[in-house]
Amino acid sequence: MTALTLSAGATARTAASWVPRSAWLIAPWLLPLTLFALWQTGASQGWISPQVLPPPAFVWDTLRDLVTSGDLWLNLRASLLRVLVGFAGGSLLGLALGTAMGLWRPLQAYLLPTFNALVQIPVLAWLPFVLLLVGIGEPLKYILIAKAALVPVTLNTLQGFRLASPALREVAKVYGYTRRQEVIEVVLPLATPTIFTGLRLGFTKAWLSLVVVELVASSEGIGYLIVYGRQLFQLDLVMAAVIVVGAIGYLIDRLLDWSEARLIGARQATRGAGETQ
Amino acid sequence: MSTVTSKDKAELASTVPLSDEDGRRWRGLVLPVVAVALWWVLARADLVNSALLVSPGKVLATASDQVVTGKLWRALGASLAREFTGFLIGSVAGLLLGALLGVSRGFNRLIGPSFNTFKQISLFAWIPLISVWFGLGDTAKVVFLSLAALVPVVVNTCDGIRSTPKPLLEVARVYGYSRLQTFVHVVLPAATPAIFTGIYLALIYSWLATIGAEYLLVAGVGIGNLLIEGSEHFQMDLVIFGMFVVGLVGWLMNAVARRAERRLAHLRGAAQ
Repeated sequence: MTALTLSAGATARTAASWVPRSAWLIAPWLLPLTLFALWQTGASQGWISPQVLPPPAFVWDTLRDLVTSGDLWLNLRASLLRVLVGFAGGSLLGLALGTAMGLWRPLQAYLLPTFNALVQIPVLAWLPFVLLLVGIGEPLKYILIAKAALVPVTLNTLQGFRLASPALREVAKVYGYTRRQEVIEVVLPLATPTIFTGLRLGFTKAWLSLVVVELVASSEGIGYLIVYGRQLFQLDLVMAAVIVVGAIGYLIDRLLDWSEARLIGARQATRGAGETQ
Repeated sequence: MSTVTSKDKAELASTVPLSDEDGRRWRGLVLPVVAVALWWVLARADLVNSALLVSPGKVLATASDQVVTGKLWRALGASLAREFTGFLIGSVAGLLLGALLGVSRGFNRLIGPSFNTFKQISLFAWIPLISVWFGLGDTAKVVFLSLAALVPVVVNTCDGIRSTPKPLLEVARVYGYSRLQTFVHVVLPAATPAIFTGIYLALIYSWLATIGAEYLLVAGVGIGNLLIEGSEHFQMDLVIFGMFVVGLVGWLMNAVARRAERRLAHLRGAAQ
């Protein structure tokens, strides 16, 4: 990570020496602007039927309508509630499962092979199974989103608990740590970043599954807006909803990046404080 | 600012091996055997009166029927043909785009941010648009699968090329390598593991996307259509069989890719 950021910084410096600074600054906007201009002219010149690609202004109006009429919030609320409930359930279960398997070897021996086998079946293949069992209501969405979050959280938690090397645990034993102290003060701090990676991945997966599940089976939600627009051949609505999905995906990514950086910063701070003592 | 970076390394850990392989591997079989036995007893005893609780025997009968009549092979063949076409197109395009993004700073500055924005949009959200633009047939599916395969290959190829160790580049400069020589002899070998990670992910993603495409662009035959058929006709046996096939294919792909990765690492080790 550090290496990447460093090289990116170096890149900006070296490149600035042979490209005018202004060109360097506007470069990222060239492609979107060109595409947008093509889209706009294509629509206004009648190259493309609005049935196939509605003009940008039309999509923008629809997006504004969605926001002002409150339809967007209604559907977004339904979607976010699903993600949060599913993620909360799946990640809590995943943390519990991963911790139990990580700390208790026999359980791992009995459970992990089955878990690994079931993991091979993607959410989409579980969908018809769960659909037949619980119907098409909210529980279907909760279960599938929870499953999506459960897998990375469990696997990363389990792997995190393996990071404490036998040597380190030996040291803890020499210092007379009880099993409980060993877990809390040695194993858990080492496992935290990996567990966080799992939670992060779990949330991303939960969001992706939400979109899929809503596309296949729902009567409200942001994914449903897309399907609804498609059925009515209102491509402006489809595109507006896709933009919203992208924006939220971006926000989630930023938020997780930020909290991960905070977490690592906090950990380093405590470690630094520990060292000075 | 951020260029194309990879956050999906952790995603490759699709399963975690057991921590101790001590010859008591039978313990892993206890749970499935108990579960199947319980399932069998429940289905037999009519304790749960439901058309959905089909017996293991029924599932086996459906499975053999699907295999013997050739329905399975038709569906599987159609799905895999789509998968590999999309995977191939997506990976080749991804390798080219990723290499350009990794090698050329100007190109990265030009395209990188747009690509990063594009990849934020959940892949499946594209399906309704694709269905308008390309219909419901194989073209639309292959376009979607290529997209699914493209993203991880681009990200990891670019990442791999950009993280070539600086000292190696210094050495190449000292030896007076041309840009092309540096790329072929220094950058590419250093980036190979990352590139492989991208291709590996692309293979897995395009399989998931195949099932998704068959779900959302319902036309033609495929494993996804098998699942839909089972679900629409309340045929739990067909659904369970379909899940099993999807899981098995995914597992096989994982196994093959992991073997290839190990072989590659071995070859690289031998060459050094």
